[in-house]
Amino acid sequence: MIENITLKDHWREQRTFVGRIFAGAIIGLVLIGVVVARLVNLQVTNYEHFNALSKGNRIRIEPLPATRGLIYDRNGQIIAQNMPAYQLELTQEGVQNVDETLARLVSMDLLQSSELNRLSGLIRSRRKFEPVTLIYQMSDQEVARFAVMRQEFPGVDIRARLIRQYPYGSIASHVVGYVGSMNEADLKRSDPSAYAGTSYSGKLGIERAQERLLLGKVGYQQNLVDAQGRTLQHIPQQSPLAGEDLISTLDINLQQVAYDALGARRGAVVAIDPRNGDVLVLASTPAFDPNKFAKGLSRSEYNALQSDPGKPLFNRALRGQYPPGSTVKPLIALAGLQQLKESPLKKNFCPGYFILPDSSHQYRDWKKEGHGQMDMTDAIAESCDVYFYGLAMDLGIDQIHDFLVQFGLGAVTGIDIPGEKPGLVPSREWKKSAFERRQDQSWYPGETVITGIGQGYMLATPLQMAEATAAIAARGKRFRPRLVAGTRDSASGEISELAPEELPPVQLSDPGYWVVIGKAMEEVNHGPRGTGRASAAGAAYRYAGKSGTAQVFSVAQDEEYEAEDIPEHLRHHALFVAYAPAQNPEIALAVIVEHGGGGSAAAAPIARKVLDAYMLSHRQ
Amino acid sequence: MNEIGDLNSSTSDRTLSLAARLLKGLCLDGPLLIGLLLVCGLGSVVLYSAGGQNMDLIVRQGTRLALAMGGMLVIAQVPPNFLRMWSPWLFAAGTTLLVLVLVGGDIGKGAQRWLDLGLFRFQPSELMKLGVPMMAAWFLHRRRLPPKLTELLVLAVIIFAPTLLIAKQPDLGTALLLSSSGVFVVLLAGLQLRYIFVLGGLTLGGLPLLWHFMHDYQRQRVLTFLNPETDPLGAGYHIIQSKIAIGSGGVFGQGWLNGSQAQLEFLPESSTDFIFAVLGEEFGLMGQLLLILMYMFLVARGLYIASHGQDTFSRLLAGSIALTFFVYFFVNMGMVTGLLPVVGVPLPLVSYGGTSMVTLMAGFGILMSIQSHRKLLPQ
Repeated sequence: MIENITLKDHWREQRTFVGRIFAGAIIGLVLIGVVVARLVNLQVTNYEHFNALSKGNRIRIEPLPATRGLIYDRNGQIIAQNMPAYQLELTQEGVQNVDETLARLVSMDLLQSSELNRLSGLIRSRRKFEPVTLIYQMSDQEVARFAVMRQEFPGVDIRARLIRQYPYGSIASHVVGYVGSMNEADLKRSDPSAYAGTSYSGKLGIERAQERLLLGKVGYQQNLVDAQGRTLQHIPQQSPLAGEDLISTLDINLQQVAYDALGARRGAVVAIDPRNGDVLVLASTPAFDPNKFAKGLSRSEYNALQSDPGKPLFNRALRGQYPPGSTVKPLIALAGLQQLKESPLKKNFCPGYFILPDSSHQYRDWKKEGHGQMDMTDAIAESCDVYFYGLAMDLGIDQIHDFLVQFGLGAVTGIDIPGEKPGLVPSREWKKSAFERRQDQSWYPGETVITGIGQGYMLATPLQMAEATAAIAARGKRFRPRLVAGTRDSASGEISELAPEELPPVQLSDPGYWVVIGKAMEEVNHGPRGTGRASAAGAAYRYAGKSGTAQVFSVAQDEEYEAEDIPEHLRHHALFVAYAPAQNPEIALAVIVEHGGGGSAAAAPIARKVLDAYMLSHRQ
Repeated sequence: MNEIGDLNSSTSDRTLSLAARLLKGLCLDGPLLIGLLLVCGLGSVVLYSAGGQNMDLIVRQGTRLALAMGGMLVIAQVPPNFLRMWSPWLFAAGTTLLVLVLVGGDIGKGAQRWLDLGLFRFQPSELMKLGVPMMAAWFLHRRRLPPKLTELLVLAVIIFAPTLLIAKQPDLGTALLLSSSGVFVVLLAGLQLRYIFVLGGLTLGGLPLLWHFMHDYQRQRVLTFLNPETDPLGAGYHIIQSKIAIGSGGVFGQGWLNGSQAQLEFLPESSTDFIFAVLGEEFGLMGQLLLILMYMFLVARGLYIASHGQDTFSRLLAGSIALTFFVYFFVNMGMVTGLLPVVGVPLPLVSYGGTSMVTLMAGFGILMSIQSHRKLLPQ
């Protein structure tokens, strides 16, 4: 016990403590001595040097923005480039009163008063010596109007800069994207010194996704300026490094054909090379002119785009989710072959309607009088609904779900631009988690029936439909769809290609199943009763396809659907998927025309035009 | 005539003794108070120039200063024994608040440091600047010194758990001040030299680990410090401009309100972290030496109070407060002159800003309490 009682030796502790305090004081004196020595070094030894920097001439660091990388299509056509333009720039430190200066520019009709808040916020978020662009492209009149008043606007100047220009305008606006002026949120997200001297950044599509590559590295020079801020001498310090040029997978001529074929209708076309996942076409209509964004869009112009009922800013190819309708039938047939070992030659009778056991509800076929005896090939070629109602019931919803997701449906494809939607492949499990009320959570057989023809809960984007069609064309081989095939060093011209990314393939127990479905899809276009035969007439090559019509609104049991009697926004969506040539396919596509009516009438001709363009003129 | 002369001298004597009695009554320490007032006075003069001759700024800073001085006055009344008893509670409350900030604090300037208490926003890390050394001193108070190895492990947790929480916010400057305040307590407690060397070695070895935990912008600051010319548009800009400002001040400076770097806003953050450069530009080497002397006087007085402390807790806490104050201005001067990386430590009592001033003054209040309650304690 006694050993455990350790007495505090106050006297000794106090002595140690004072010793330590003393040591601390000595170390502190030495450290502060270092600071004083540094001060003497800066203020006495190097006084002349720093005084010269500070007094007579001052050094001002000016950023030299890098040239943004160009974007080419697969054939070397430029689809995004840089053009010289006169811009009006304001440098905060040269301006007495920013708000008053901006107000005077408004009164000269150079700025719009609606932009004032945005601009003054932007100016305040930048460093005082960094120029902020007020007008991206000045007309000759504006240049002249400002030039005569120039001396009244210290700190505001006209500069010749490069602005982004899109030679093809709106035809590829959703996929190429655009650059726009950065707002405060953009600046917060990114490294401000990487954007010194630049006031725009990629906002959509490839421009946004590949921002880092396209941007390049900002350079700078030191300018000697006198007390009034006039530049006396430039001292180049570091040249800017231009951004990398991108080689897109797009075929801009084919894109043009698709865009023209869609015309004034709302819709989308996606074409993919099934051999590597290259996206050849990704068109969405209506579109917008990206050049307007690069020049700086006024608030009212932007609001007009936002509130347009055609939603021109909405990328239907990537973000539009539609019921795939009958275009899903080849996949359901494949599921039947694979999962049920269903014989493709087995015939089922189609009376024009389908009835579940113990029920009186009629699931109607689009052909009121029925198709009669149908084998699998006939059912695909003529798009018999009753055949697929029965097949879907035999498979059950969970087998359908498990098979369809292998083709990439129900999940984002992972294409290299942002904003994609995942679509939906329903299953029992999904329904349980998707609905809150208990009675909504159980799965009904009727819901399986209509899933067989791509109706009900099922949703897919045009990109997913094209991707699934490409997988059929490539007999199960799948690639991640991509828009960038490689980069080109703008200085050396050296091209580095990106390898296509292979995805897990769809494997069938008998590869012959692919042949059965391929033949059936060929019959759609070239068979005597195929739904696509009208638009395939006279084709110089054979191609496979499948039409689809997605219901937007349901017709009552005993009513007839007559397109002419129904307002346009309730009419069916027209769909068509296809690949060509039928043997060794090189292009797979999906077409959707919103409220276009029947797939074979509205969408198939667009598919034909794009395929013709590819097969007859582009394919070398 | 003689009578009048005598009368005069006796009134001045009386005034002096009155002041002394007043100070004693208020438990204030005269030398510390005078030093603080001198530093704040010089600080306000520089701040007026650095803040673009904005009187509002001075008024706001002065209000904060008055509030902080009030806080100091209150704390000076609290006997050290009470401070000691409350140390664990303060520490526990501070740690809890730090965790709360990390979970749901307001995000200001890209970092989570603030806690919104409805009426005002509050930075728990400031509380811990005093909470950590108090806790460490409390822990060592009744133990036999120097501390044993097991006790050192407990102390390591006391010091570095809050430090890590703050470094995660991320606030490197405060984390540095906090950990040094705790480490000073341990060193002053008489930590054996062999432990000091081992721990010093471990710290050096831990630097790569620290690098690993740093945020990108913090790494950038360190890299920029090593070679400011690599990033003249970003973080290097601060250092380049601040060196120009100080260097161009020369021995006597360009004169008050005449520093071109500061007045033309070449110098960023001139009224906060980089205000020492404004002092250098406008008042030259002399002005800076004057401020350094004032600071050193405050530290010296603090160390004097510490060495005359009458119990372990008082001694350790007072010593730590004085030395941490030294680290405060030394790190700021080091970063402004390009000797140290830019870690975001303000110049104490001079830089514009409120929260740190309250803590600093509270620290001086503790020093005054320790000094003024000396004779009341049994030997």
